[in-house]
Amino acid sequence: MAMRQGRGVAAVNYPTGMNLGGDPTQALVHSTPTGNFMVSLSSVDLGQGMKQIMAQICAETIGVPTDRVIIDTADTDTGPHCMGTFASRGTHRAGNAVIAAAKEARQVMLEVAAEELEVNASDLDTDGTGNIHVKGAPQRSISIFDTALAAHFKRGRSISGRGMFLIPRSYPDAETGAMKPSTCYAHACTVAEVEVDDETGEVNVLTVKNVFEIGRALNPKMVEQQLVGGSWMGISHALYETTEPYYPSREHGGRDFNEYLMPGPGDLAQTEVIVLERPAADGPYGAKGPGEMCANPQIPAIANAIFDAVGVRIDTLPITPERILRALKANGAEDAGTVAH
Amino acid sequence: MKKVPVQFTLNGEEKAEFVESGVTLLKALREKIGDTSVKAGCQQGTCGSCAVIVDGELRLSCLTLAERCGGAAIETTGGLAHGEVLHPLQRAFNEGFATQCGFCTPGMIMAAKALLDHNPQPSREDVVEAISGNICRCTGYEPIIQAILAAARANSLSAA
Repeated sequence: MAMRQGRGVAAVNYPTGMNLGGDPTQALVHSTPTGNFMVSLSSVDLGQGMKQIMAQICAETIGVPTDRVIIDTADTDTGPHCMGTFASRGTHRAGNAVIAAAKEARQVMLEVAAEELEVNASDLDTDGTGNIHVKGAPQRSISIFDTALAAHFKRGRSISGRGMFLIPRSYPDAETGAMKPSTCYAHACTVAEVEVDDETGEVNVLTVKNVFEIGRALNPKMVEQQLVGGSWMGISHALYETTEPYYPSREHGGRDFNEYLMPGPGDLAQTEVIVLERPAADGPYGAKGPGEMCANPQIPAIANAIFDAVGVRIDTLPITPERILRALKANGAEDAGTVAH
Repeated sequence: MKKVPVQFTLNGEEKAEFVESGVTLLKALREKIGDTSVKAGCQQGTCGSCAVIVDGELRLSCLTLAERCGGAAIETTGGLAHGEVLHPLQRAFNEGFATQCGFCTPGMIMAAKALLDHNPQPSREDVVEAISGNICRCTGYEPIIQAILAAARANSLSAA
């Protein structure tokens, strides 16, 4: 009877979105009379930071400060079409749609500015702080505020753009079954160290070291925040979370979210997160989807670490003390725990 | 149902309301007084999102009867900022990216305030203990622990 330590490693490829039926997202951008830009989306921000990232993408593409962009995700009945915020697809799909819409709006904006400045639109550039100027002659300039006013009240132009991003449906090859369910993959690798009490079957995760390859981190602090939380959720998937501990029986299942176990502040593993940036060819400014991927590699890494510690392979989640004790017993450890059958 | 008068201060301001007997402080604050900075989560004393400070002690407003709060001094996150100037804890949560969906944040901040009011220089273990009655499902807790420790450090700097 002892505390036994083990170390496990795991690596994952994770698809950004899925296109089993075709996967579109639509975005619309228009300027207000004072040169702020509204982005209409049906993609939902549920705390993952969708609005901030879409504002950054739109601002970067049009060439205005981020605080000049307003993201409206109000209503899926009346807004542009989005398949939804799932499968780590939000940044990638909606981001590409916003880029397309913002490019079109930027072109109209430059055309209006060109008429005001009596130059050719292809000779104009934005300075990123709210002005449009002639390339090489920054003194020949007009503010985006004045450009929008001119478009609305003088020239009758709508500074706006439409964006649609579609990953077309992929059909499996009739002979081989091969198909392309995703165009963009994120990657992760985790090394976990655990301590297993071979008398009680309890697992304590000591350290979790993660490397995540997520394309370009469009907002590094928010990416870090999501990866740290995701790594913790991965530990939670591995060891705690279930609605039916004796599936398909409902016995002993949590009756509400209070009884749905996750690690508390006193149960945290020492966690390390390293980000590798390898921009994706079809990602908005190179971004992939880090959302779900970051909670996956911890699970096999912990299962492997438990095998390393006490020599049992658990292939059912969560890896509860009971499952470990039963496996130890099946392995011939006569004195493993005292589980009632 | 019979209503009872109850008087208390909320973030230093005097409040007087008639509440139904048996109504929780949570319900009175949100629905009678309109302080929606207090969040209604599990409403059975498990998640901590409704935590407020009553006479200097952290209390779960979902398990506290409003009529038992007569004469009390109640503090919520709604009263922490002075105009545009955030409370050091709010600033630390903001700068430390210690909030994601935001639903646990008011309860977390009140739990942290109750801790720092009693113990301005807590250890990591003190912080973990103080927020152990509060559930967060987004951050993994570490950014919250770090933000509270950062607010404590900022307090000690401004006091020095």
